[in-house]
Amino acid sequence: MSGGTWGTFATEIPRALAWTAALTGASLALGLVFGLLIALLRVGPWKPGRVLSALYVEVVRGIPLFVQILYIYYGVGYLIRQWHVPSPFLSATVAFGVCYAAYIAEIFRAGVQSVDRGQSEAARALGLTRRQTMRLVVLPQAIRNVLPALGNEGVAMLKDTSLASVVTINELTMMGRTITSLTYEPFLVWTVVAGCYLALTLPLSWAVRRLERRLRVRAAAHHD
Amino acid sequence: MSEPPLITTRGLRKSFGDKEILRGIDLDVHAGDVVCLLGPSGSGKSTLLRCLNLLETPDVGEITFAGKRVRPGPDADTHRRQVGMVFQRFNLFPHLTVLQNLTLAPREVLGLDPAAADTLARALLERVGLGDRGQAWPHELSGGQQQRVAIARALAMKPRVMLFDEVTSALDPELVGEVLAVMRGLATEGMTMVVVTHLMSFARDVGKRVVFLDGGVVVESGEAAGTLDAPRTERLKEFLGHLV
Repeated sequence: MSGGTWGTFATEIPRALAWTAALTGASLALGLVFGLLIALLRVGPWKPGRVLSALYVEVVRGIPLFVQILYIYYGVGYLIRQWHVPSPFLSATVAFGVCYAAYIAEIFRAGVQSVDRGQSEAARALGLTRRQTMRLVVLPQAIRNVLPALGNEGVAMLKDTSLASVVTINELTMMGRTITSLTYEPFLVWTVVAGCYLALTLPLSWAVRRLERRLRVRAAAHHD
Repeated sequence: MSEPPLITTRGLRKSFGDKEILRGIDLDVHAGDVVCLLGPSGSGKSTLLRCLNLLETPDVGEITFAGKRVRPGPDADTHRRQVGMVFQRFNLFPHLTVLQNLTLAPREVLGLDPAAADTLARALLERVGLGDRGQAWPHELSGGQQQRVAIARALAMKPRVMLFDEVTSALDPELVGEVLAVMRGLATEGMTMVVVTHLMSFARDVGKRVVFLDGGVVVESGEAAGTLDAPRTERLKEFLGHLV
């Protein structure tokens, strides 16, 4: 029995890992782009944009991610069923992206606000426009400051992709459920699944901590 | 003076909250002038300077530059290209090298090609005595060196006037001289300068005119050495008396 389980693992784990990685990557990319846009609206001069982005963050952060995934795949999917059959992967990516964009926007906003006001004053005094100042002077410094926080979001996102099993994506958690139902070895199966997550998250967390340390050293040098 | 002033302000007022910092300032700066703004802290001299390039927007009053009215809004960017500014705390861009600090605005704002911007930047670094530090990062420089880079960065836009906002106040005493030397050089070459400073010796030696502000109004102004040696108002006398 156990031998069969291992054989199943050998074929299924690489596939499931690939789904988990793809889902994390696509969702993170969407979350970063969308989050940056929301943050820029939030700190920008256009008042309706500021209000909308603040509202977005509040609404999205007030709804459990699990419910957002169900909402988009089953809820919105039902609404648009005449025109389009929702893809589980796309739905999950949008749900994760939309949700994480709210958190990532807050990180970017904090990053932008952490850049000394003198920086944008110096840029404006040189004749740079508001946009150029943001793009060339403020954002590069802001992003550098928030890289560790963004890394942590990536790790959290990776773990949250386990929720995507509810929309039938065959990622690691879905794989665990399938194999358990075939082999009736839940302890073994879930131990392996947990191990797979750790194999991904531990190196990532370690990389984030390393980056954090390196940036701290550099920041200390700046303030000399 | 036959030529019209390069910069004028008329009736400039500015409040922060319910505190009125500028209470009607009239100022003329002629091309080639070195005007030193003096006054106790809170007198409004830095705010006045920051109004000249619209880092602060005056509530009331008008500013002209080269005969044209300067308004906040889209035109402010165009105005700022012609007005260089140096800050108390340097404000170099820490994510760029010294050379990149100098080339950023000429490339992005004036559209200079990289090679031309580079040549310009190297010449300016040479001029402030830092020709060999182009590849350094700002944090690797001393405060005095950083401030000289900041001056060179402003000059890279070929401004018609330079504003200096207490540029030596954040420096260790032994580093003040090298920055003043660069400013003195600029004055000698005929650069129009408006300088907020606490250094009376600099105002007397390098300044052509001094403007003494207190409580948001111009209390006294005139030719630099004469005004500082023989102040006409009690307020300026008192102010100079308090300085050691």
